[in-house]
Amino acid sequence: MSGNVLYDAPGPKTRRLERIGSIVFAVILLGLLAWMIKGMADRGIFDDRWAVLTDPPKGQDAEDVWKSLLVTGLGATLKAAVVAAPLALVLAFVLAILRTSGVRVVRAVAISVIEVLRGLPVLLMMLFALLAFGLSSFQAVVIGLTLYNAAIVAEILRAGLAALPKGQAEAGTAIGLTRGQTLRLVQLPQVVRLMLPSLISQFVVLLKDSSLGFIVGYPELLNAMKTNYNFFGSDSRLPLFLVVAVVYLTVNITLSRLAVYIEKRLSSRGQKPVATGLATPNLGKTKV
Amino acid sequence: MQALVDELPRIWQGFQLTLFLAVVSGALSLVFGTILAAFRVAPLRSLRTFAGAYVEIARNTPLTLVFIFFVFVLPSLGFILPLGRVPAIIALTAYTSAFVCEAVRSGINSVAVGQAEAARAIGLGTVQTLRLVVLPQALRTVVPPLINVLIALTKNTSVAAGFAVVELTSTSRALARDNPADVVMLLTGIAVCYLIITIPAGIAANAIERKVVFSR
Repeated sequence: MSGNVLYDAPGPKTRRLERIGSIVFAVILLGLLAWMIKGMADRGIFDDRWAVLTDPPKGQDAEDVWKSLLVTGLGATLKAAVVAAPLALVLAFVLAILRTSGVRVVRAVAISVIEVLRGLPVLLMMLFALLAFGLSSFQAVVIGLTLYNAAIVAEILRAGLAALPKGQAEAGTAIGLTRGQTLRLVQLPQVVRLMLPSLISQFVVLLKDSSLGFIVGYPELLNAMKTNYNFFGSDSRLPLFLVVAVVYLTVNITLSRLAVYIEKRLSSRGQKPVATGLATPNLGKTKV
Repeated sequence: MQALVDELPRIWQGFQLTLFLAVVSGALSLVFGTILAAFRVAPLRSLRTFAGAYVEIARNTPLTLVFIFFVFVLPSLGFILPLGRVPAIIALTAYTSAFVCEAVRSGINSVAVGQAEAARAIGLGTVQTLRLVVLPQALRTVVPPLINVLIALTKNTSVAAGFAVVELTSTSRALARDNPADVVMLLTGIAVCYLIITIPAGIAANAIERKVVFSR
C-alpha cells in the first residue's frame, strides 16, 4: 500500500494501537455522518419526498420520471459525448501530426492552436459557438467538447509518439515508407494501443464536461433532473440529485476501472510508455 | 474594436472576480487536498478508506453537479447559503481538493523507497523521515502537477457563470447580449483574459518539470 514506505513494518503492539486508532476515527467519522443525517432528518428528508422515485405525485408515473432521466436525459448526454469523442480524436490526430511535423512554421501553428484550446474553459468555447456563431445548444456542446479534448488528446498522442522506440519510425523509413505512411501504418496504431488507458480517462473527462450543457441549455441529464424537480417541487431535489449522481458515478467509475485494467494488462506485457521522465506528460496525470 | 474598449471596465470586473474565485478556492483546495493526501497515506485504515472514497466520488462527479448540490439541493434541505460567491467557492474547493490530494499523493509515492529506508536506517523517526527526506523531494515533483490542477481550477471557475456569479464567462454572456454586433470581438477579449492566466502558468509548470527531471 501507499504508506508503508514511510514507517517500519509495525509490530504487534503498534498494530493493536493502529487498529484502536482506526476504530476511533471510524466512530468519529460515522458519528459525523449520523449527525448530518440526523440534522437532515429533522428537516424532513425521510418524509414522502422519496415517493417521486416510486409513486410520484401530480398524476405522474414513476416510469415517466425514470424514463425522462435515464432515457431522454442520459441519452442526450451520451449522444453529445459519442458524437464529440470521434470528432475530437480525428482532430487530435491532425494536430498531433502537424505538431510533430518537420516544418517549423507548421509546428509553431499547431503548438499555438493546442495551447489556446487547452487554456480556455470548455464553457467559454460552448458560449462562443452559441452566441458568436448562433449554433444550436447541441452543436455548441459538441463543438466545445471536440475542440478542448482534441487539444488534450493531441498532447497524449504526441507523448505516445515520443515514447515509442525510435527504431519503429526508422524501420518504416528503411523499408521505403513515406513519413505519412510510417505514421499511419507503423507508429499511430501502436500509439493508440499504448495510450488507450489515457484516452479512456480522457473520455471520462469529456463525459463529465458534457454536463456543461446544463448551462448552455442543452437538455442533457442535469437539465432533465431540473425539469423534474421544477415540476415536482423543491422537496424532490435531493432524491433526483442522488439518482443523477449515482448514474454519473456508475458510468465514470466503470470507465476508469476499465482504463486501469487495460493499463495493467499492457504493462504486464511489457508495453509501457515510460521511456524517460519527459515522455509521460504531466497533463496525463491531472485531469480536472 | 470600439466595443471592446468601451466594455473594458466590465471585463476587468469579471476578470477580478475570476481571479478572486481561483485564488481563494485554490488556497483552500491546497489546504484540504494536502490534509486528504495525509489521510490517504496514514497508517489508520479508516482514514485511508474515507479519503479514498471522497477522492473517487469527487473525481467522477461533474463539477456542474457539485455546483447544483450546493446551490439547489442543500437549500432545499434547509441549509441556506448566501447566493453567489460562497457556494461557488465551496463547490470549487470540494471538487479541486480531490485533485490536489491525488497530485500530492503521487508526489509522495514518487520518492524512491530507498530514500525512506536510508532515512530509517540512520535512525530517523517517521516525522523526521517525512520532514527531512521525503517531503523536500516530493515537493519538487509535486509542483508541476499542482500548477496544472490550479490551471484547471482557473478554467473551472467558469462553471460558476451558470450559478449567479458574474465572473468572466458570465460577463461574456452579458456583453454578447448588450453588443450583438461585436460578439466575436468581445468573446475573444474574454478568451485572452483566460489565456493571460493559463498559458504562462502552463509554461512555468513545464519549465519546473523539466528542471526536476534533470535533477533526479
